[in-house]
Amino acid sequence: MSTTALPTYDDVVERYEPVIGLETHVELGTNTKMFCACPTGFGAEPNTQVCPVCLGLPGSLPVANRAAIEATIRIGLALNCSIAEWCRFARKNYFYPDMPKNFQTSQYDEPLCFDGWLDVEVDGEMVRIGIERVHLEEDTGKTLHVGGATGRIHGATESLVDYNRAGIPLVEIVTKPIPGTGAKAPVVARAYVTELRDVIRSLGVSDVRMEQGSLRCDVNTSLNLPGEDWGTRTETKNVNSLRSVERAVRSEILRQAAVLDSGGRIVQETRHFHEDTGDTTSGRSKETATDYRYFPEPDLVPIAPDPAWVAELKSALPELPRVHRTRLQERWGLTDLDMQSVVNAGAVELIEETVAAGATPAGARKWWLGELARRANETGVELAAVGATPAHVAELQRLVDEGKLNDKLARTVLEGVVAGEGTPSEIMAARGLEVVSDTGALTAAVDEAIAANPAIADKVRDGKVAAAGALVGAVMKTTRGQADAKTVRELILARLGVQG
Amino acid sequence: MSDLTRMTAAQLAGLIAGGETSAVEVARAHLDRIAAVDDRVHAFLHVDAEGALEAARAVDARRAAGEELGPLAGVPVGVKDVVTTRGVPTTAGSKILEGWRPPYDATIVERLRAAGTVMLGKTNMDEFAMGSSTEYSAYGPTNNPWDLGRIPGGSGGGSAAALAAYEAPLTIGTDTGGSIRQPGAVTGTVGAKPTYGGTSRYGLIAFSSSLDTPGPCARTVEDAALLHAVIAGHDPRDSTSIPAPVPPVVEAARLGATGDLTGVKLGLVTQFAGEGAEPGVMAAFRDAVDALTKLGAEIVEVSCPNFEYALPAYYLIAPSECSSNLARFDGVRFGLRVGDDGAKSLEEVMSITRDAGFGPEVKRRIMLGTYALSSGYYDAYYGQAQKVRTLITRDFTAAFEQVDALISPTTPFVAFPFGARTSDPYQMYLADLYTIPTNLYGGPAISVPCGLSEGLPVGLQVMAPTMADDRMYRVASALESAVGTLTPPAL
Ligand SMILES: [Zn+2]
Repeated sequence: MSTTALPTYDDVVERYEPVIGLETHVELGTNTKMFCACPTGFGAEPNTQVCPVCLGLPGSLPVANRAAIEATIRIGLALNCSIAEWCRFARKNYFYPDMPKNFQTSQYDEPLCFDGWLDVEVDGEMVRIGIERVHLEEDTGKTLHVGGATGRIHGATESLVDYNRAGIPLVEIVTKPIPGTGAKAPVVARAYVTELRDVIRSLGVSDVRMEQGSLRCDVNTSLNLPGEDWGTRTETKNVNSLRSVERAVRSEILRQAAVLDSGGRIVQETRHFHEDTGDTTSGRSKETATDYRYFPEPDLVPIAPDPAWVAELKSALPELPRVHRTRLQERWGLTDLDMQSVVNAGAVELIEETVAAGATPAGARKWWLGELARRANETGVELAAVGATPAHVAELQRLVDEGKLNDKLARTVLEGVVAGEGTPSEIMAARGLEVVSDTGALTAAVDEAIAANPAIADKVRDGKVAAAGALVGAVMKTTRGQADAKTVRELILARLGVQG
Repeated sequence: MSDLTRMTAAQLAGLIAGGETSAVEVARAHLDRIAAVDDRVHAFLHVDAEGALEAARAVDARRAAGEELGPLAGVPVGVKDVVTTRGVPTTAGSKILEGWRPPYDATIVERLRAAGTVMLGKTNMDEFAMGSSTEYSAYGPTNNPWDLGRIPGGSGGGSAAALAAYEAPLTIGTDTGGSIRQPGAVTGTVGAKPTYGGTSRYGLIAFSSSLDTPGPCARTVEDAALLHAVIAGHDPRDSTSIPAPVPPVVEAARLGATGDLTGVKLGLVTQFAGEGAEPGVMAAFRDAVDALTKLGAEIVEVSCPNFEYALPAYYLIAPSECSSNLARFDGVRFGLRVGDDGAKSLEEVMSITRDAGFGPEVKRRIMLGTYALSSGYYDAYYGQAQKVRTLITRDFTAAFEQVDALISPTTPFVAFPFGARTSDPYQMYLADLYTIPTNLYGGPAISVPCGLSEGLPVGLQVMAPTMADDRMYRVASALESAVGTLTPPAL
């Protein structure tokens, strides 16, 4: 047994080849659940969005949601999958209180979509990720275990179950094993989930919000020595942010290498990822795994999508995010580097919508990547959740362009928008922030400034036009910054009979 | 007025519609009869006298208001306890559901209410419809009105005995392997299993989803057809429900009653030629075949070679599905919960609850099904059984290219004494030898009384192609016109 210090990441990926795989669950944004007519909204009071079907009451029967089948087929098509001409749901049998029927209606050996791929860009290079399958299933309820130290079912004194989520349509997207990415494995994993999220968002079938659980990710990792067979893989669950996807792969590569280096063997198991430490800990071992006793769901008729319908869905697919981004970059006239910063900030759609609402690309980009990105960073929220909408930003920029706000005032107004005080126009009016453009009032302020600073006024009259700056400053002070500096300067010069 | 409980549903509906009696009087007569005899018969697990009288008053009010009433308005009906009834206890004959009041009506119950029928209560059954004698009811067996020491068939023994005891003119049954037809046969009543998907399963507590079929039970073929017409038809809440019009069953029953089967070709299944059947049953069956010939039917023999594998295939498919369907009974959300003393884990409470709540036959089938679906055994058991199912379907399809319908005895033996077949499950399973193939195929079949053996009723089964339910009613009705209905001895 080796007693040397833990190897570094660079050292590990020199010696071992990682193989990764990702299983991603996406909650569809259908209005109703997978097998009943209950609503699917997030955040309702516990057990208020339930009925006999999603509670699994005796005698109730499921009826498949066509909109969910359509959404799944569209995801499959966007991932270049073949669509099954005929397939069935299957029951996955196991006992757990968050599953009302003690089986999950899922798909087993007959997935709706199979054998596709997704190209993702990593450091300027394309990596093609194989897609094994895309299938449709129902989500489980949520269990809260009270009284135990771990928050798990073991040791809990009480378990509370909320079935609102039970039966929400869930799409599972499974990649083929991804070998050959070497040191980049963690980055590839993150890039894949990011691209997948963008593809699904572009289809409009889910809000794919990792922090709300509508996009969830399990990461499979194994290591092998060059030229040898793939190693035993572990499945890391509870990976709930893009950053965590990367960290989880990296952490598991390091852990497995340490085990292998010390002569140990990797156990096929489920591991839990911890956001706080970035580590994984052992969950249940798959070597004593439950036998799910899958069999075709007899309560549901097979799905046989009409090929003409599938063709129609295919032809109506939106542009892939990657292609779309390239087109936007050209239209907005950005360099690769500029575009990359827009993408990294998660601002592509926000800027696109802001431009659609009337702003110039430069104006939209300025606010989203400037004030608002800073603000999002400070408060630790996604840019889209910062409190300002594309419509707000477009309106703000219009007020600036119209000369009603100067840059400084616009920032103040934006603060109000983020604080939820209203639209830019409303805030401008409520707080009296509009640029003073009424020349009567301005002329009075100018005369006052000239009268108060006779020496400076004389210098200007003598042709030292640069001295007017001090008078402009005085006027800006009396108007509390709400005057347009350029207009003030022109007025002063005119008043003093000097050409600007 | 002569005894209202002795009348057919069609007669009662006529009297109510004509104002010669009221729905309330009819309901009272049947409730009185239940009160008088059910302590001996035990056909009912729950009698909803108040609900019945309220429904009856509503029908009388509608008639008084001049509204047009449906063909069964005001007619009492008993509902097998495996079918959910809003606010009325529904146990499926199991301790695990003791005291459970469903928050919703099954589709067929909604249709019964909409038709103005009057629900008397819930009828006894083998636990979760698993059994052929009602001896596996957790609430004690039902006694056959022909001989109170004998079984009334099962699983729907309560629904059949209620008819034979004149406690109800109509009842609802469910048929997974013969649970409507075999009780019909051994109680001298009529029981029809519609085409699978012809009647909605929504609200039917599932035993085996791909086989379960609710259907009508009555004392006459016409009454069965009238009830069939009320409960059948497409239901969007059951995805296996067939989106097609209901076959003209009532018209077919009336056509059959004219006693003319000229041009109708009936097949005798070679594989059912008496093997394992009691001689008295075969004798009554042969007499019935002669009667059908006299009515003009042409009788031919048809071979269905795969029928002999039906019983083993059934006892893999049905338990497999039941092992999954019954998983939800865990004490978490409804029904019985045992052992929740704060010290035990959730898993332990689930396990203790299921051990206490399920009876022996249900446990046997859950274990059988769990095993058959296990990884490594799936292909050899469940997978193989599904192949047999396909072959049996082919046998039926081929047979119906030669004949209009198939006929057989409904069950190999007449009502047996309590305890005669409980020690050996296989002996019990044989009761459904002739009824199971139809369930695997999905077509309709009906049992109609065809005579007596040693003073006990014998039933004849008519099997028809899927969605040709009308055809079986015509043949059964014709036979009924020839041999008449059976009247049990007075209780
Ligand atoms: Zn629901």
